[in-house]
Amino acid sequence: MQLSELRGHKQYADRAFRGLAIAAAGLVLLVLGMIAIRMTLRAWPALGLEFFTSIRWSAPDGRFGALPFIWGTLYTAAIAVMLAVPISLGVALFITQVAPPWLKTPLVYLLDLLAVVPSVVFGLWGVLVLSQHFGLSRSFLTAGVILAVMIIPIITSLAREVIETTPASEKEAALALGATRWEMITASVLPHSKGGITGAVMLGLGRAMGETIAAALVIGSALGQITVNPLAPGNSMPAVIANEWGEADEPHKAALIALAVVLFIITIIVNLIATAIVQRSMKRGRGA
Amino acid sequence: MTGAPAFQESTATRRRNDLRARRSWRTVKNQLMLGLMIAALLLVAIPLAAVLWSVIVRGGSTAFKDFPSFFTETIPRISTRPGPGMGPAIVGTLLATTGATLIAVPVGILGAVYLHEYGGTSKFARLVRFMATVMTGVPSIVMGLFIYLIWTLSFGYSAFGGALALACLMLPVMIGSTEQMLRLVPPQLREAAYALGATKSRTVITVVLPAALPGIVSGSLLAIARAAGETAPLLFTVGAATAFNPHLFSEANTALSLQIFSNAVSAFAPAQDRAWGAALTLMMVTFIVTLAARFFTARFALKR
Repeated sequence: MQLSELRGHKQYADRAFRGLAIAAAGLVLLVLGMIAIRMTLRAWPALGLEFFTSIRWSAPDGRFGALPFIWGTLYTAAIAVMLAVPISLGVALFITQVAPPWLKTPLVYLLDLLAVVPSVVFGLWGVLVLSQHFGLSRSFLTAGVILAVMIIPIITSLAREVIETTPASEKEAALALGATRWEMITASVLPHSKGGITGAVMLGLGRAMGETIAAALVIGSALGQITVNPLAPGNSMPAVIANEWGEADEPHKAALIALAVVLFIITIIVNLIATAIVQRSMKRGRGA
Repeated sequence: MTGAPAFQESTATRRRNDLRARRSWRTVKNQLMLGLMIAALLLVAIPLAAVLWSVIVRGGSTAFKDFPSFFTETIPRISTRPGPGMGPAIVGTLLATTGATLIAVPVGILGAVYLHEYGGTSKFARLVRFMATVMTGVPSIVMGLFIYLIWTLSFGYSAFGGALALACLMLPVMIGSTEQMLRLVPPQLREAAYALGATKSRTVITVVLPAALPGIVSGSLLAIARAAGETAPLLFTVGAATAFNPHLFSEANTALSLQIFSNAVSAFAPAQDRAWGAALTLMMVTFIVTLAARFFTARFALKR
C-alpha cells in the first residue's frame, strides 16, 4: 500500500510519456487522413466526369481534362520501371551473390550516393546536358530514363535485403547438385525472393509516378494529346502541378489540386499493395 | 590385370578433359549472366559519374570563382546579369531543413518508441507501422500542396511552411529507421533496468535510447540529407525571394533547390551557371551529411 503510494508520481510521468508516444505514432494516421480529406474537399469542384475523360486542358477557357496527364504519369513510370528493373536486379544479384566482400561496401556506397543526389540536380542535368548535348529531346523517354536512374537505388536496396534472406542451405544444396552460379540463382535465390522483389518493383513504380521536379524539367510539357510514341513530348500529373502552379488562378488551382488528389490515390494504392507484399515476404523469409 | 586400372584412369581423365573442352551451354550461360550483371553495374555507375562530373566542372567554375562571394552575395534579380550569389538560398535551405529536423526527429523517435516499446504487435501499432510505410511513398509534391492548404493559405509564405512539408516527408522515414535500431537493443538491457526498479519511461529514456543512439543519429542524418535536396514541397510553401531572410516564421524565403529549378529552365547562360553553382553547393551539403551518417553507422557496427 505504502509502496504504491510512493510510486504514484512516477506512474504519472510514465503514463504521460506513454501518451506522448501514442500521440506521435497517431500523428501518422492523422496526417494521412487530413491529406485525403482537406485536399479532396478543396479539389471537389474540379473532380467531375470531364476531369477523367477529356483530353482538353485549357486554363483560360476553364476546361480541365486530365486524361493525358494521367496517361503520361503511368506511361513514364512504366518506361522507368522497365529500364530500372533488369538493371537493379543485376546489381542486387552482383552485390549479394558474386561480389567479393571487399567490393561489397564500395558498391553499396555507390548506390547510397546515387540515392541522395537531389532530383532537381538530375533534372538540371537532363535539361542542360542530356537534351542539349546528347540530342535526347524533352520527351516521355527522357523523363523515363531520368526516373529510372532515380528509382534504381530504391529497387536495388530492397531487392538486396530480400535476396539476402535466402537460406544458405538452399543455395548450397543447388551448388552441391552441380549447378552453376546462375543456375543456383534461378533455382534457389529468385524463387525465394520473388515476392519481395515484386514489392520492391512496385515501390519503385510508386516513386516514379510521384517524382515531380526531374519529370517537370525534362518531360516536355505537352498539352492535349495522348500518344504511345516515347519520343514525343509529354506531361505527367506532378509535372503539370509544378509547372503551372505559379500562374494559376481559382478554378485552375482547384484543378491542379485535383491532379494531386488523383496522384495521391494512385500512389497510395500502389504503395499499399507493395507494402503488403514486402511485409509478407519478409515475414516468410525470416520464418524459413 | 595390371593394365586395367591404368586404362580406366586414362578414360576418366580423357572424359574430364572432354567435359572441359566442350564448354557446355550451362557454363556459357553462367558467364553470360555474369557479364550482364557487370553491365548493369556499369549502367548505374555511368549516369552517377556523368552527373557528378557536370556538377563539379560546371558548378565549380561558378561557385569557386572569387571565393567566397558565391556563398555570401544575394541573388541577382536579372537572369542575364552574370556574377555570383546564392547566399539567401543557402540560408533558406538551412532554415527549412533545420526546422523540419526539429519537428520530425523528436516526433519520429517517440513514434518509434511507441511502436517498439509499447505497441509491439497490437492492432493499433500494426496499423501505424503499415501506414508509416505507405506514407513514405506519398509523393513530395502532395505533401507540399497539403501544407499549402493547412498552413500557407492562412499564414503566408515562410521557411517554416517548407519546414512543415519536409517534416511530413521525414516523419515516416524517421519512424522506420528508429524502430529498426530499437530492435537491435538487447532485451537484457531493459530487463536489467526493470530489475533495478526503473519505470518503463525511465528505462526507455536512460537505457534503450542511449544504446540505440548512434543508429538513430545515422538514420536522422540520412533523412536530413534527403530532405535538404527536396524541391517540390518547398514550391508552394516557401515562396520566392532574392534577398537574405533569416526569419523562420515570416516573409517569403528561397532555397537552393528552388533556385536550381527556376534557373534550369532559363535561356540565359548566367542563370544556368548559377543553377550549376547551386547544384554543387546542395550536393556538397547532402554528401557531407550522408558521409557523417556513414561514420555513425560504422562506429555503431564496431561497438556491436
